[in-house]
Amino acid sequence: MGIARYIKDEKDSIKEVIYQSGIHVEPVYGPKNLEEVGFDYKNDLGDPGEYPFTRNIHPLGYRSRAWTTRQYTGFGTPAETNQRFKYMIAHGQTGLNVAFDLPTQMGLDSDDPKSAGEVGRVGMAVDSLRDFEIAFQDIPFDKIGSGLTINANASVMLAMYQAVAEKFGYTKETISATPQNDILKEMIGRGAWIFPVEHGVRLVGDTIEYAVKELPRCNPVSICGYHIRESGATPVQEIACAFEIAKAYIKNVMDRGLKPEDFVGRFSFNLNVYGNFWEQIAKFRAARKLWAKILREEYGVQEKKKLFLRGLFGGGGSGLTKDQPENNIIRSAYYALAAALGGAQTTALCSFDEAYTIPTPRAALLSLRTLEILMEEVGLRDTVDPLAGSYFIETLTKQMEEKILEEMKRVQEMGGMINAVAKGYIQREVAKQAYEFEKGLQNKEIIKVGVNKYTEGDHPEVELHEYNEAWADEQIAGLKELKRIRDGNAVSQMLKKLDQATRDGKNVMPALVECCKVYATVGEMTGVFQDIFGVWDEPSIF
Amino acid sequence: MVERKIRILVAKPDLDGHDRGAKVVALALRDAGMEVAYSGLHQSIDQIVSTAIQESVDIIGLSIMTGAHLPICQKLIKRMQAEKMEDVRIIVGGVVPKDDIPKLKEMGVQGVFPGGTSFDKIVQSIQSLF
Repeated sequence: MGIARYIKDEKDSIKEVIYQSGIHVEPVYGPKNLEEVGFDYKNDLGDPGEYPFTRNIHPLGYRSRAWTTRQYTGFGTPAETNQRFKYMIAHGQTGLNVAFDLPTQMGLDSDDPKSAGEVGRVGMAVDSLRDFEIAFQDIPFDKIGSGLTINANASVMLAMYQAVAEKFGYTKETISATPQNDILKEMIGRGAWIFPVEHGVRLVGDTIEYAVKELPRCNPVSICGYHIRESGATPVQEIACAFEIAKAYIKNVMDRGLKPEDFVGRFSFNLNVYGNFWEQIAKFRAARKLWAKILREEYGVQEKKKLFLRGLFGGGGSGLTKDQPENNIIRSAYYALAAALGGAQTTALCSFDEAYTIPTPRAALLSLRTLEILMEEVGLRDTVDPLAGSYFIETLTKQMEEKILEEMKRVQEMGGMINAVAKGYIQREVAKQAYEFEKGLQNKEIIKVGVNKYTEGDHPEVELHEYNEAWADEQIAGLKELKRIRDGNAVSQMLKKLDQATRDGKNVMPALVECCKVYATVGEMTGVFQDIFGVWDEPSIF
Repeated sequence: MVERKIRILVAKPDLDGHDRGAKVVALALRDAGMEVAYSGLHQSIDQIVSTAIQESVDIIGLSIMTGAHLPICQKLIKRMQAEKMEDVRIIVGGVVPKDDIPKLKEMGVQGVFPGGTSFDKIVQSIQSLF
């Protein structure tokens, strides 16, 4: 592991190529490489749509259906967000991916002193069901699915999504939501955690259990190798961590008496696309295969559909640069191509201005257009898994698979993912990896065009998405008004019910839905949890 | 005369949890021979100031990615003035648009290092403050 290396001689001829995952790349590949890694069509690939799904989870890939595009959207007030949702849908986007502001992600109301300066800044501010009623006005819940990018209190947002859908006349059986809900990755990267590890995982378990029983079209957890990679992990570590996290959630739900067969089909994944092109493609193919194998061999899952690694392959934020930001448009196009060649079922791209700020509408639309060009213009829908059988790609896919398994074993030796996170082992490794990468960039071992090579030319500052201070005032005024007009007795009664369910170790979701329906606030509901669970004491890694 | 090591608190104020930059810079400053403390996430300004006093640091380095650098720095400076910490310097890293750099400097922030600034430059700038 470490950084990718290109060792050259004095004539600039490449002598050696080593990927971030530690794999040495040959100058030429042929049949003997496949032989060396023991490649076997049936075992290693199988036809598309057949176990182990290396080639694709669907027999015809994008021929039967292009990928779902789901740009991450949301800022300011719910009304602003509603407008942007409609704008993206009108331009061909097929699913929503909702960004919440930090106070909402941390379970704080907009009028909490700790929220000052952050209300509506990096996503939409949500205090109560009232805000969801505005944000999702006129969104067809039975046709458009929504990713909800929230973790520590994903249970609250899933409950609110159900509550708003029911309020608009949709039944809970018809709604499709994917709360991100991956608290362990939040503790490794991204950092929007609240409660101690075991309580955080319990809430994830509650949402999975509830979704399995009550929300047939919801995918209650999206396991994010993505942010672990963003935090500095190698592609191999990204997948290994994601799978070990998934295993921790599987165990929690199995301990409630459910069989993996009954719920693993609801897991989805969020994986990253930046880095070496070939390594990413091989990563996606190896991951699809390994996930199916783990489920079948370790958990005895039989039904084909439940073995699918479904999810979003996209983003690539850490690959984008602040210098020469327009280069990011080109970079993202290649990342999207890797996602398509890797068989992404759902995708999204970071926008070229994201190193500065949350995207402007123009930048977000460019990302969407990039994805549309691949599907509509240049032929990515022509045939499924077009790189299959490539001596290089198949060798690399096998090698990635082996490296991922090795890395998973290391996590198991740390006592499994929950222990590794609680002790800070993973966080320390990822930080070290990020530091190595940054050093490589600064001493030019790693090349970034426009950053440490070909830096001539303009460095235009991009047009910035403006944060509007008035949003916070508007949001806080709305909250005040809500507290005045809602039925305060009903709120305290339902919060008491939530408190009891939480203390009794019952599934918190039914009580949360009831709380949402009487307009309890995000801060009030999360506050109930916090009083009982406390706050995570982050392990020091220095 | 033995030179005392520069002591710095790398801090993540408020709610933002994107700490890759903070951790990487903390490691780089340590490799450059400084004594580095890292605050951990979700720290209030009061918590940061009290850690800074406890660790008797020479500099507080804030890592801010959300765009809220102006109000956060204002709050920190006010709090430090109340604690009479005139000798403690402040530097800021993260997502900072060019136009905001002079505003931060005017406020009393002594170094601003937007994402992508080299370790060498950060280290030299810090050393030049002493």
